[in-house]
Amino acid sequence: MTEVRAEMVANVWKVVAAAGDTVADGDTLVILESMKMEIPVLAEGAGTVARLAVAEGDVIQEGDLIAVIE
Amino acid sequence: MLASVLVANRGEIALRVIRTARRLGIAAIAVYSEADADLPFVSEADDRVLLGPAAPAESYLNGAAILAAARRTGARAVHPGYGFLAENAGFAASVIDAGLTWVGPPPAAIEQMGDKINARNLVERAGVPVSPGSRQAVPDVTAALAEAERIGYPVMIKAAGGGGGIGMSAAADPEQLRAGFGTARSRAERFFGSPAILLEQFLAASRHVEVQILGLADGRVIALGERDCSVQRRHQKVAEETPSPGVGPQLRSAMLAAAVRAGEAVGYRGAGTVEFLVDEPAQRFVFLEMNTRLQVEHPVTELVTGIDLVEQQFRIAAGDQVSFDPASVASRGHAIELRVYAEDPRRFLPSPGTIGEWAEPAGPGVRVDAGYAAGNTVTPFYDPLLAKLCVHGADRDQALDRTRSAVTGFVITGLKTNLPFHAELLASAQFASGAYDTSIIDRMRAS
Repeated sequence: MTEVRAEMVANVWKVVAAAGDTVADGDTLVILESMKMEIPVLAEGAGTVARLAVAEGDVIQEGDLIAVIE
Repeated sequence: MLASVLVANRGEIALRVIRTARRLGIAAIAVYSEADADLPFVSEADDRVLLGPAAPAESYLNGAAILAAARRTGARAVHPGYGFLAENAGFAASVIDAGLTWVGPPPAAIEQMGDKINARNLVERAGVPVSPGSRQAVPDVTAALAEAERIGYPVMIKAAGGGGGIGMSAAADPEQLRAGFGTARSRAERFFGSPAILLEQFLAASRHVEVQILGLADGRVIALGERDCSVQRRHQKVAEETPSPGVGPQLRSAMLAAAVRAGEAVGYRGAGTVEFLVDEPAQRFVFLEMNTRLQVEHPVTELVTGIDLVEQQFRIAAGDQVSFDPASVASRGHAIELRVYAEDPRRFLPSPGTIGEWAEPAGPGVRVDAGYAAGNTVTPFYDPLLAKLCVHGADRDQALDRTRSAVTGFVITGLKTNLPFHAELLASAQFASGAYDTSIIDRMRAS
């Protein structure tokens, strides 16, 4: 199980993956937006999205959980 | 001269405009969002109005709220700074319709240059060189593939309504074009409200050099030298200098003349910038776009000419003469600007946070245009620019030496900044030699 956490304060612009999706290493899970920049959050290994902890429009803090990959 | 001005912007540029306004005896009114209440530009203004929540659409992009603030405070003029509403022709027109002075170019000039396809066609007719590219919007992938075939790969995919390097991508072949076209369209729609796309021939290994122009109150357009803006990450500028190390005297005079023609073609008034790509070995240039506003990096021009560009904006808007003799503008020495961003110096990812210590460098030739101070919080809602470190020297070597010391002397704690990147840039042989192009950062990061 891998937890994907936020590297910075950001707004969740787009949720690309859904719980239950099969993802490959490097697939985009969500796209964050901070300081006028889009920041894709990628899966760091293949697996299944067990949980997506954010929704579009959420403001997240550094270290907040974004997704769990199994 | 104007009696008062509302500054419809935030951060360093709002503070910079407020300072010149006050020096000229113009009362300065700040508008701000809830996220910016503690920033220096709010306290330094003569009066201030809260616009609304942090989101730009509810604050700095909310034209109706800004006009209401102007009415409430009795502001006689509006200065838009750069970004936000600065290149919004509709907002400029609504300021003028409200009986206020717009400290910027005529709305028609903003509109004509704001559409990149129209701008290309228009300056080409005025005799300004353009690269092979679209003469009308490219509606779909099929049309894009045909257009790229005509232009020749590699091509740059751009938003016709865009600017600031956002949503741009290069395509080396049809496969990359197919992949990039959809992304470019959705970004164009999202950021600029128009999905129109154009293609242009992509010049690898070029320099990005722009010319500062001023359209005077009497209708003349003059050029105040160039700025080299080739140090970029994600197509956005990080460091600028003037004069450009890659532009010889003949090329310079041709570029300045072309920039004046571009300004004349739209009846330009006030401060504007004509951007070019320069093929250094061939000493040739092509038009990129025109920014119908004050540019972020305008201080380097101020440092070598001794001219306060914001003062000239106010004078021209008021219908007055500029403060210098347009026939004898001299450029003295060399100037460098480094954009200090709240971002990590390795991957350039945003790093909002709360500033602990903030200590600016000082010394001969050093000027800091800052938007923040110790204790301020840098939020994720706006661009990452914290300050501009601007340095003047008698020649490029002295400017470089002074800039190196100034970077070392700039202390910001509590969040990540790109100051370590700037130290790295100044230490690199490429930048020091002056022989660099727009891929300098990619090359630094590849090694």
